[in-house]
Amino acid sequence: MSLMGQQPHSEAIGYSFPQSTNAPIKEHSFYPYTDNGGSTLGITGADFAILAGDTRSVAGYNINSRYAPKVFKIGGDDETGDGAHIILSVVGFAADGQALKERLDAVVKMYKYQHGKPMSVRACAQRLSTILYQKRFFPYYVHAILAGLDEEGKGALYSYDPVGSYEREQCRAAGSAASLIMPFLDNQVNFKNQYIPGSGEGHALESKKPEPLPRETVEQIVRDAFTSAVERHIEVGDGLQLMVITEKGIEEIYTPLKKD
Amino acid sequence: MFRNNYDNDAVTFSPQGRIFQVEYAQEAVKQGSVVVGLVNKTHSVLVGLKRNAEELSSYQKKIIEVDSHMGIAIAGLASDARVLSNYMKQQSLGSRMTYGRPIPVDRIVNQIADRAQTNTQHYGKRPYGVGLLVAGVDEAGPHLFEFQPSGMIHEMLACAIGARSQMARTYLERNLEKISNSTRDELIDHGLRALKETLSQDKELTVDNTSVGVVGLAGEDAKGKIESFKLYEGQQLVPLLEALESGETKEDETMEVDS
Amino acid sequence: MNHYPEVWGRPRDDVYGSYNPSYLQTSGPKTHTQSPAVTGTSVIAVKFNGGVAIAADNLASYGSLARFTDVKRLRIFGDSAVVGFGGDVSDMQYIDRLLESIDIRENYSAHGNTLNAKNLHTYLSKVFYKRRSEFNPLWNHILVAGFDENKNPFLSSADLLGTTYSAPHLATGFGAHLAIPILRRLFPEETPIEKISKEEAEAALRECLKVLWYRDARSLDQYSVAVITSDGIEVKENQQIEAQSWAFAESIKGYGAQVN
Repeated sequence: MSLMGQQPHSEAIGYSFPQSTNAPIKEHSFYPYTDNGGSTLGITGADFAILAGDTRSVAGYNINSRYAPKVFKIGGDDETGDGAHIILSVVGFAADGQALKERLDAVVKMYKYQHGKPMSVRACAQRLSTILYQKRFFPYYVHAILAGLDEEGKGALYSYDPVGSYEREQCRAAGSAASLIMPFLDNQVNFKNQYIPGSGEGHALESKKPEPLPRETVEQIVRDAFTSAVERHIEVGDGLQLMVITEKGIEEIYTPLKKD
Repeated sequence: MFRNNYDNDAVTFSPQGRIFQVEYAQEAVKQGSVVVGLVNKTHSVLVGLKRNAEELSSYQKKIIEVDSHMGIAIAGLASDARVLSNYMKQQSLGSRMTYGRPIPVDRIVNQIADRAQTNTQHYGKRPYGVGLLVAGVDEAGPHLFEFQPSGMIHEMLACAIGARSQMARTYLERNLEKISNSTRDELIDHGLRALKETLSQDKELTVDNTSVGVVGLAGEDAKGKIESFKLYEGQQLVPLLEALESGETKEDETMEVDS
Repeated sequence: MNHYPEVWGRPRDDVYGSYNPSYLQTSGPKTHTQSPAVTGTSVIAVKFNGGVAIAADNLASYGSLARFTDVKRLRIFGDSAVVGFGGDVSDMQYIDRLLESIDIRENYSAHGNTLNAKNLHTYLSKVFYKRRSEFNPLWNHILVAGFDENKNPFLSSADLLGTTYSAPHLATGFGAHLAIPILRRLFPEETPIEKISKEEAEAALRECLKVLWYRDARSLDQYSVAVITSDGIEVKENQQIEAQSWAFAESIKGYGAQVN
């Protein structure tokens, strides 16, 4: 059909020919993500690491559930998570968070099966980054924090962005109230903007050196962070789930938060 | 010279209705070192005799944990067993992922049986050269299954496969009643005794050459519903072997009294 | 007739108008469900001492048209699980076929169908999540009611994105706005479910459906209730909302042709 799509005829009469349609490309109106709100935070100490998250799950202005945990044990022997030595918190899109947690859990279990020893937190942290990055163009829409004890028995904490960039840190807040909690942690854990009184004037003023905090202090900081976030953010509340990982194992603590 | 014309592949029947390649695969099982499995009302136990290829080498693993509710004991080609155990591990992980439940034992045993069977019906394939004893617990209680290279599976009360396993089977048959009504520890003891029957004169059960796997329903006071699969190897075997020995000396004494 | 053979027999544009080529649609992406067509509205459910009660009306709407008025949106699985479907009805029927085939497969096993409501919910949430990840969602929001592995009452939700959450009382769609506050008042979250009787739970659901019938324009006064206890599932499919009081309608003013 040499005449296809042209205006070939000298006569003025037009005819319709089969032609490639330039119908506008339809866009998908289905949006595969939602934000289930909530916040998480993690802090490490000399011989422990703490991960915490509120237990509210929201969809818009609706509260879906008052108890939907965001902190999980990874690589445990059974459903209860007994025998695990790594913990993960996920906040953002809950279904992705669940899927990510289960994938990492399977990876850690297979590692133990294939190598006959538990996966180190460092290896697990690298693997989690790879898992996230593999879905670079359809990301797991979550902010993950991974915690455990490193090879020397020190608390280890790794934080991630949704596409797998990660970094080991002393403390990190994630989720909807991260911007409320993180500055508080900077000040209380890393002693930002705290100076040694009388150490000098102006630029000579010496800043207070951060050092690992004892567990009681850290737990109190976590509670304070969340009670404050509850006051100022509507998506945070209902309950606080705390997981403390020490050489003795993982301890899980639940305390109520305001339900308003 | 006589030559068997019907054993070049696993898909051709002999005029007598046999498939020689499959039978040869069964022979591979008989050459593997012995493993024993037995169940009572609450537990399922696997016991195996490990062999080392030479004095300086390590011992070949005989019992593998598949999932927290299930384990297998192998006799035959260990490398074929690895393929099967990897498959089983994946299937049980898959079941936990998609349904959040441990896979029922009969289900996974049927799956490996189907896989093994396809190997006996497709040209260019070879049957697995390994027999398995699968011990596990599910909603219906403790189970023991025997799996053969032919793809045959049987649920068993007690079973032994591998070299000289006939001696163990005789022991199990004679003590079936006692085994069925035994406690957890007695069940392990019976397993070790059955295993001991198969040993040649100069051999003994040691912490190096013995392997025990236990899985069962949890006791009343335990927090979970099941007692997870536990593998006893090396020094962990000491109390079990000691119990076996003390039980035997006691029997010897009573026999003396009787006579 | 002219000397261009390829136009012979073709309709002339000046007589018939030019052909609209957009009907040909030879290019463009493969399209999936972008929005639901025939839909069911809310599903509501509540746990009580020894079981779960779940209810949904019998309507399937086509947009604002009450299209099918005898559609059962509660589906039974095995002998102790019920799935309540909100959202697209054809997707519900597809899922129902899936469930049927699983039930048949399970019954081939030596010990029958041992999948409980919790297992079923896990499975369905994976189906939803897989389909949303393929950008081909099953357009439903479901509640799964029954028992978990420890024979405790189980109630959980899953939606088209694969998001899951659980609570003592749940409702999908409009019910999340209208029924939840009623259920929350009747059964405050502090009171244990052991204090709620089967009769109270069932009566509460009927009351909620009545309010939904008053205020949800996509609802119907015929509905189904299922009560799941250890004795089995009791389904009542052709229920009628009774003791309606439309007195309040008198006081609604400011709509339609009404002047004052």
